[in-house]
Formats: sequence, C-alpha cells, structure tokens
Amino acid sequence: MLVQSAVFYFFATTLVIAALAMITVRNPVHAALFLVLVFFTSAAIWLLLEAEFLAIVLVLVYVGAVMVLFLFVVMMLDINIAKIRAGYAKYLPIGVLVSVMMVVEMIVVLNGPAFNLQKPQPKPNDYSNTQELGELLFTEYVYPFEIAGVILLVAIIAAIILTMRKRTDGKRQNPSKQINVNKRDRVRLVSLDKD
Amino acid sequence: MFDWLTNFYTSIPPVVLMTAYMFAFILVLFVCVAYVTLAERKVIGFMQVRMGPNRVGPWGFGQPIADALKLMFKEMILPTDADRFLFRLAPLLTMIPALAAWAVIPFAEGWNFADINAGLLYILAMTSLGVYGVIVAGWASNSKYALLGALRAAAQIVAYEIAMGFALVGVLMASGSLNLSDIVMAQQGKFFWNWYWVPLLPLFLTFFIAGVAETNRAPFDVVEGESEIVAGFHVEYSGMGFALFFLAEYANIILISALTVLLFLGGWLSPFEGLPLFPAYLLHLPYIGAALSSGPHWFIAKTCFFIFCFLWFRATFPRFRYDQIMRLGWKALLPVTLIWIFVEGILLYIHFPPWFD
Repeated sequence: MLVQSAVFYFFATTLVIAALAMITVRNPVHAALFLVLVFFTSAAIWLLLEAEFLAIVLVLVYVGAVMVLFLFVVMMLDINIAKIRAGYAKYLPIGVLVSVMMVVEMIVVLNGPAFNLQKPQPKPNDYSNTQELGELLFTEYVYPFEIAGVILLVAIIAAIILTMRKRTDGKRQNPSKQINVNKRDRVRLVSLDKD
Repeated sequence: MFDWLTNFYTSIPPVVLMTAYMFAFILVLFVCVAYVTLAERKVIGFMQVRMGPNRVGPWGFGQPIADALKLMFKEMILPTDADRFLFRLAPLLTMIPALAAWAVIPFAEGWNFADINAGLLYILAMTSLGVYGVIVAGWASNSKYALLGALRAAAQIVAYEIAMGFALVGVLMASGSLNLSDIVMAQQGKFFWNWYWVPLLPLFLTFFIAGVAETNRAPFDVVEGESEIVAGFHVEYSGMGFALFFLAEYANIILISALTVLLFLGGWLSPFEGLPLFPAYLLHLPYIGAALSSGPHWFIAKTCFFIFCFLWFRATFPRFRYDQIMRLGWKALLPVTLIWIFVEGILLYIHFPPWFD
C-alpha cells in the first residue's frame, strides 16, 4: 500500500507540475511536449486504478497520434510570442474568475450524489479491465457506441470533403498512367540515312 | 550439492530477481543489436559480391565492439542555438520505447516479463511513442534538413500505424484475445498450415510492410534520405547520441520481426508438430525431439528469418518517392486491411474450417 501511495503521489506531482508548465512555458513546442507528459502520467495513474485498457488507449491515441500531429503543426509555426503575451495582464482577472468558477463547479458536481465517489477498492486477481469494458460496450451500450462510431465517420468524411478542392493549376502525377506507360509512347525510333 | 544454490535463489526478493532478469535481458538484447549491425553489413556485402567487414577479429566478429568503442569516445557536438535539453533527450526517447515494448514479448509459454491482458495494445502504444524521438531530434537540432526529416517521419509513421493497427484488429478477431501468449496458443493446432499467416495472408503482408515503414528502413527510409536531406533527423548527432538512434532502429527491427512471428507464424510453435506424414516418434527422441518440438529456439529462428528479410529488402529495393509511400500506405494497405477484416468477419461467422471452426 505504501509503495502504491508513493507511486501515486509521484505521478500526481509530475502531472500537476507538467500541466502548470504546459500553460506557462514560452515555447509552443515545449508546451506541446509537456502536454504529452501530462497524458502519459495520467495514463500511469489510470494504470494504478487497474484500468489498463483505458491507460494504454490514452497513450496510443492521444500521445501516439493526436499529439504527434499537434507537434507537427506547432513545429511549422513561426509564432510571435511577445504579441500573444501582450494582453496577458489585461485578461488575467477574467481567466482567474473562470478557473475559480470551474473548480467550484467541479467540486460541487463530483461531491454530489450523481457521481457517488468512493475510494477505489482493489479488484480480484482475475479481473480484466479490457474484457469488462468490451462486455459493457457491446451489450448495454451497443447503440450509443455504434451511433458514436457513425458520427465520427461522418465527421471524418466531412473533414476530407472540406479540404478536398480540385486544383486545376497544379501539376500532379497520375501514378496509374505512369505505370501503364509503354516504350512506344516515349521513344520514337527514326531510321536515318547513312550520310 | 546445489542445495545452498537453490536456497540462495529462493531467498532473493522478487523485485531484485526481476531487476536482475531485466538487466540480463537488456544486455543480451544489446549484444543481439550489435550483431544485427554486423549481419547487415555482411549480408549486404555478400549480396553485392563483397566480403563485408573482415578485419577486426575472426570474420570481422569484433567489428560491432570496435564500432561501439569508437562511438563512445567521440565527442557529442551541440549545434548552435540547438535546444540543449531536448537535443540530449531525443535519443533516449527513441531508445526507451524500443526496449520497453519487449516487456510483454513471450519467448515460450510463460517466458515473458509481464503477461498482461492488453499486451498487443501495449506494443502498439510503445511503438507509436518511438516517433517522438525522431520529431524532437529533428526540431531540437536547429537544422533545416533535420526538421524536414522529422516532418517526413511524423507523417509516415502516423500513416502506417493505421494500417498496422487494422492488421492487428484482424489478429485479435481471429484469436479473441489481446494477450500475446493467448494469440500464439490460439494458433496451435495441426501444423504450420494452422498459423494465422494463411487465413490472414493480406494482413500478414500488410503488417510486415507497415513494420518496415515504422522502423524507417529501406525502401521506406525517406526519413534519412541521405541523397536529398543528408541524413534526416540525426544529421546533427555524433558520438553516443548517434549510436543510440542506431541501436533503437535495430532494436525496433528485432521487435517487429518478433511481433510478426508471434502474431502470424505461431511464435514458439514447431512447424513439425502434427504435420501429416511426419513420423511422430521423432518428437520423442532424446535430443532431436527437443529440437523438433515447440520451444524458444523456433521463436528465435523465425525471428532471425524476418530480420534477414529487413536486410534483404535494403539490398534489393530502391527507395520509394515520398508521395508513393503515402499512396501505398493510404490507398493500398489501408483498403486491403479493411476488406480483409470484412472477409474475416464472414469467415468467422460461418466457422470456416480449419482455422475458425
């Protein structure tokens, strides 16, 4: 138990420090990397709660895919940090107000009867988080699960359609045409007289 | 006579024992990685009718050690205006996931460090973390070639991870488990015809091709692309930093080969067990029987074959053009996996013998 608490506090402290660093560092790439650290440590905390499926999926999806694309974009930007920080003092009171309200709301909601938070109990040895989640998703919540899937699919298609503009002025290759090319299309043999 | 030894062994606390095992394993892995680099130079040498390295030690066997010593004593040069911390962190970010993924690889029944239920997902998560090392190295170097290499790596690895993930979906549909030992045991049956490479042939090929692309190896090594962007993301690295990138690349090669074997070629299962017309009494002979029946030696032998394939590809195929890589990943491999998952669903539904009955 002592080891578990020590591990929890280690990850929790890392999480809070990384989250604070993420919003305070000046360099956007550093901020993105701190966000990666935040995701990673929260995955570790989920592992402590024996939710290994969620923890690994968090690393796989957010750290492995989403944040890579984030970094990809952030690295390409030439952000003028001084300009962004110009209104920092001006907006600070509003920011503080919003965050305090959010904290109060969270405390009220999480302490309410709806969540009914208890101290997590250790699960039996044969407990498999993956299997439990799968059973829940494919029995009780099968329709919400499938509807969410369809909505995501629609969103993907919509995003592709929005960005797919046929440009006529660009020069692009047609690979199937390139593969199907014949010698006769490219080379013309001409017989010349000897002199 | 050995009582004191067994007593001593059982008196060691499990934490110490496990740590000792891990260190021993990592040491063995590093030696393997070092000799894969030698194997690469030798194999490509022979394919190009050369001798390969043959000066250090007999048949050049001391070459990897000489290389390692040379790289260790070289200076690590920091480029101007490089991000000092991230520049030094990047090689570790590639190395750590490449080693961490080995925690769940079973060498034989029960021969693994962590027999976790979501083993396959864990592997996928760890291999997807490797890209950070490349991206961070490319950005922290403060060099345009390194940055271009990092951008190529990010796009390529994210693209091929999707095809790889779908190939894994096929495997877990067939085996009904995410646990790597269970996946191998689900392939147990008659003989090598029962392994998943037959019913899931398109997924097997997709997985291995995506694996080659994930490790940034030829013919998908545009990330390094020495003819266009010098050496890509590690152009500014020297000494041990450079060596770590290479160690991670070869550790990943071994990892992808091992995974291909576990998922599609029956892991440690022997191809002879249950083979028709194969005299079964051979399996009960004292030494030959042990060699012919299932065991870690089969796993290692099959893995070596795929490592050889990596080297073979490098000597054989010219490098893909960047748009062709993207085309292959998104327009060829991804549809193949999607179609085969659908076909596999039907096969599973009708309990298609002999694999899904």
